Amino acid sequence: MPASPEVRSARADVREHGDSIVVELTGRWRIAEKRQEFEEVMRDRKPTRVALQMEGVEEWDSSLLLFANDAKRWAGGHGVQWDETLLPSDFRDMLAKMEPAAGSASGGESAPGRDLLTWVGLATHDLALRSRSMYTFVGECVLSAFRLSRQPHRFRWRDCLSEMQQCGAMALPIVSLISLLVGLIMAYQAAVQLRQFGADIYVADLVGLAVVREMGPMMAAVIMAGRTGAAFAATIGNMKAGEEIDALESLGILPIDFLVMPRLIALGIMMPLLAMYANMLGVIGGMLVAKTVLEIPPSAYWVEMQTIVDLSDIFTGLIKAVVFGLLIGFSGCLRGLQADRSAAGVGRAATSAVVTGILMVIVADAVFAVVFNILGL
Amino acid sequence: MTDSQPAIDVKDLDCGYDGRVLLQRINFSVGRGEVFFIIGGSGCGKSTLLRNMIGLRRPMHGEVSYFGRPFAEGDATARRELLKTFGVLFQSAALWTSLTLRENVALPLQEYTRLTAREIDDLVRLKLAQVGLTGYEDFFPAAISGGMKKRAGLARALALDPAIVFFDEPSAGLDPVTSREIDDLILQIRSTRGTTCVVVSHELDSIFRIGDRVIMLDKAEKGIIATGNPRELQRNSSDARVREFLRRDDEPCIGSAGGTALLD
Repeated sequence: MPASPEVRSARADVREHGDSIVVELTGRWRIAEKRQEFEEVMRDRKPTRVALQMEGVEEWDSSLLLFANDAKRWAGGHGVQWDETLLPSDFRDMLAKMEPAAGSASGGESAPGRDLLTWVGLATHDLALRSRSMYTFVGECVLSAFRLSRQPHRFRWRDCLSEMQQCGAMALPIVSLISLLVGLIMAYQAAVQLRQFGADIYVADLVGLAVVREMGPMMAAVIMAGRTGAAFAATIGNMKAGEEIDALESLGILPIDFLVMPRLIALGIMMPLLAMYANMLGVIGGMLVAKTVLEIPPSAYWVEMQTIVDLSDIFTGLIKAVVFGLLIGFSGCLRGLQADRSAAGVGRAATSAVVTGILMVIVADAVFAVVFNILGL
Repeated sequence: MTDSQPAIDVKDLDCGYDGRVLLQRINFSVGRGEVFFIIGGSGCGKSTLLRNMIGLRRPMHGEVSYFGRPFAEGDATARRELLKTFGVLFQSAALWTSLTLRENVALPLQEYTRLTAREIDDLVRLKLAQVGLTGYEDFFPAAISGGMKKRAGLARALALDPAIVFFDEPSAGLDPVTSREIDDLILQIRSTRGTTCVVVSHELDSIFRIGDRVIMLDKAEKGIIATGNPRELQRNSSDARVREFLRRDDEPCIGSAGGTALLD
């Protein structure tokens, strides 16, 4: 933007007096406008003394301060005497404040260097602390469960019911869609392989068993971890940030009894129901593919599936679902209670709840696979 | 419990965070029915002291007793008994956002009493009326203003007719009129039931208007640097820091400190 004629832009002109230089500043100095670099002004000049004069300046702000500071630094760096007597005293005060304070926090001492051993030690210590907080939380939940089973009137039934609605009924659409699609995908994959052997009908067995034993509970759990686990962490974390947890504690009400148990129970009850529903949708997905791609009628599909899937398969799936539900509720509430008292802390808690939830679900699933194998279920 | 015991007795209290001691060897007591202020500059540990006194943190050392009964080192049942005797108004009011005002005030009653739902409802109406919130029973905290939240938080703190009420910066973020209303409520609570009020604040107006006694904490000293009536401290304190804190001039002091005052 060209400067309008009446307001002159920032200028710095050099006037030499023998060995010393006075830089005459004129015009309007604005931080948002372009200014000359001090080095450019000086070019190759090698004076013994440098001074600034700002009588011709019409208007100035931090821009001029930066320029003067550069000049001062340049003078210091080139061993030139710095003379600021021509500057007004309040300007000099401000300039002095730009000087880094000796021994200030920003410069000098940094954190002590950490070697590998220290780092590993600290990380192990941190891990131990974290796992301890997890065990403590499990213990507190168990104690709370005993306490509430002796005094059921203290249990927040209403909160539990509203959470059940939130994490159960409200999650039906997304669970429907994902389970149906997972059933479809599995049936497609199975169809491609089994067709080569003319074993089309066994798609029903494969999809049926996989959905009922594994994919139904697992997909429901992953959806719950993302949907409900994160919501638990965010809600509880937010309550912590807003001193609401403190308010509970100052009344002698344990947050575990008041906030965690209703949510854990709600998820523990809703998860098997959702898993059952997911099983159904998964099987329907398989049926759709069988009908459209393999031309197997649904009735044949159903009969074939019943030859392999029995009640014990369904029960193993449902047992898993209950455990997954508790694990997800557990990680959501734990991360919420551990959250920092800030908006960013709440966000981190929600993310961490999802990650922890899914991780625990997968690990538990692996444990179940081994245990069921040993038990021959 | 004898009547001669002070309402609150703090003995040799150390408190801080993560091994860092903020306050050392704090000793003071609060008489019954006093309006007692804890004052001091930012970061001197006022709120930490309060959190230690109400049991949200375990003190690093020392004891807090209420009416002669130990709290900080007391066993779980004794602590729970004592928790009933005090109410807390948090800085952000800390109303439970998922509950209406009615449910907020009712919760302590449901937790600690065996009153019927109707009795609780009547009491809730009374408590909300005491703080001037009649008609707002079914509002959620998100739907009311900051001053109303504070008053609702006070109604909740008063639900169990506590003998002591703690206020954490009751007028923070409120306009002068509303904060004066809160001051009046504090006086009213004291006069109706002889309730002891402990207020953490640095609102000079409130301190002089309603404070019977103050203690002033200091960051560098890690302790109490003054105890007494605020007006007397203002006039007679030998400590310049105390006089400076309690000074009330209408004129800003730019002249004496030179131009730098504007920039700091």
